[in-house]
Amino acid sequence: MNPTPSQTVGPFYGYALPFPGGGTIATGGIIVHGHVYDGAGAPVPDALLEFWQASPSGDLTGAPGTLRRDAVNGALLGRNGVDFTGFGRVATDADGRWTLRTLVPGNGYISVCVFARGLLHHLYTRIYLAREDFPDSLPPERAHTLLATPEREGVHRFDVHLQGEKETIFFDLG
Amino acid sequence: MPTPPTQADIDREIAELRELRELRATEDGEGRDHPPRDYAPYRSTALRHPRQPLIALKDPDAAELTGPVFGVTDVAALDADLTRQHLGEPLGERITVRGRVLDRNGRPVRGQLVEIWQANASGRYPHRRDDHPAPLDPNFTGVGRCLTDGDGGYAFTTIKPGAYPWRNHVNAWRPAHIHFSVFGTAFAQRLVTQMYFPNDPLFPYDPILNSVTDERARQRLVAAYEHDLSVPEWSLGYRWDIVLDGPAATWTEENR
Repeated sequence: MNPTPSQTVGPFYGYALPFPGGGTIATGGIIVHGHVYDGAGAPVPDALLEFWQASPSGDLTGAPGTLRRDAVNGALLGRNGVDFTGFGRVATDADGRWTLRTLVPGNGYISVCVFARGLLHHLYTRIYLAREDFPDSLPPERAHTLLATPEREGVHRFDVHLQGEKETIFFDLG
Repeated sequence: MPTPPTQADIDREIAELRELRELRATEDGEGRDHPPRDYAPYRSTALRHPRQPLIALKDPDAAELTGPVFGVTDVAALDADLTRQHLGEPLGERITVRGRVLDRNGRPVRGQLVEIWQANASGRYPHRRDDHPAPLDPNFTGVGRCLTDGDGGYAFTTIKPGAYPWRNHVNAWRPAHIHFSVFGTAFAQRLVTQMYFPNDPLFPYDPILNSVTDERARQRLVAAYEHDLSVPEWSLGYRWDIVLDGPAATWTEENR
């Protein structure tokens, strides 16, 4: 069957898609943060990033409960802090910045799906914490765009450049 | 400030790009199911599309071949009825939208999250950055969620959204639409898209819809009015099925 075409997330997803604790997959692990930039180097204040990753043991089964709800009034409670759901979602702030709190993935990378106003079809990239985990297929001159920079113990910086000199590697997953 | 483009300028660009993409598709079999990320008539794409080619990743162990899971803890009963989320009832034409989420082999995507958001009947979003001077509706937020059932089915009760202006060019109007966010069994099947209503006179003028240059693919974004889905004395019914794209590897694996 032919797939349903993609369309942009638009500018007004902000009251629908982000949820409390979306950027905190787990506490007590690492912080990865950065900006999203456009081709002119300007921050993108209306991007939405989704993260999907393995648990520290490399397990990719995930768990429900990312959007856990109060059984009485339906309010969003957020994660219970015990189950590792593996999924996060963060909207960039007015400065184009995002922050993710999570655990180190057992397979070395965090998958990222980028949505934005002006982006008609989302993009996939990956955050790697170490070069040794890079796949073979990366163009050597651009591979560094997938490597998070350690800033201090447990804090890593990862910027997404949608276009331009520093353009991030985006994947075709087939 | 450069002069903002007129509708005629945008119409010309839409026609040119459609013709160009038809030619290219015949030559190299480039896919036409999805819009190109570089699509000039939608002005915001200019600085937000990558110029480098995507890097093919073929890894049977890729994390993207699996994906997040959701369950009954993640949705509340009233999430799928956007007309009952406030003390009063929203204004507008009440509708029900139903359909199935399928993979490319036509198999249902079961127990997965479907999220929607939309403008109210007047074409206004309750978003700080929406300054369209149309009335907000205190009884309508325009956000819904549900999990697909055992047949991949989803259903929402809502009101028909209004068209609204935007500033892509002079006199730019978006056709009425509902935004959909859908998960498959693999992160690589992720889809965010928009559902349109049949026979909207604004279709030819909208660069976002027309970024899908293939007519048949564009039609897949348009719901069908289905009289049997209309609820007597209550709501008008629309059907819209969603087919998720995704890597070949996910097509042959048995679903969870």
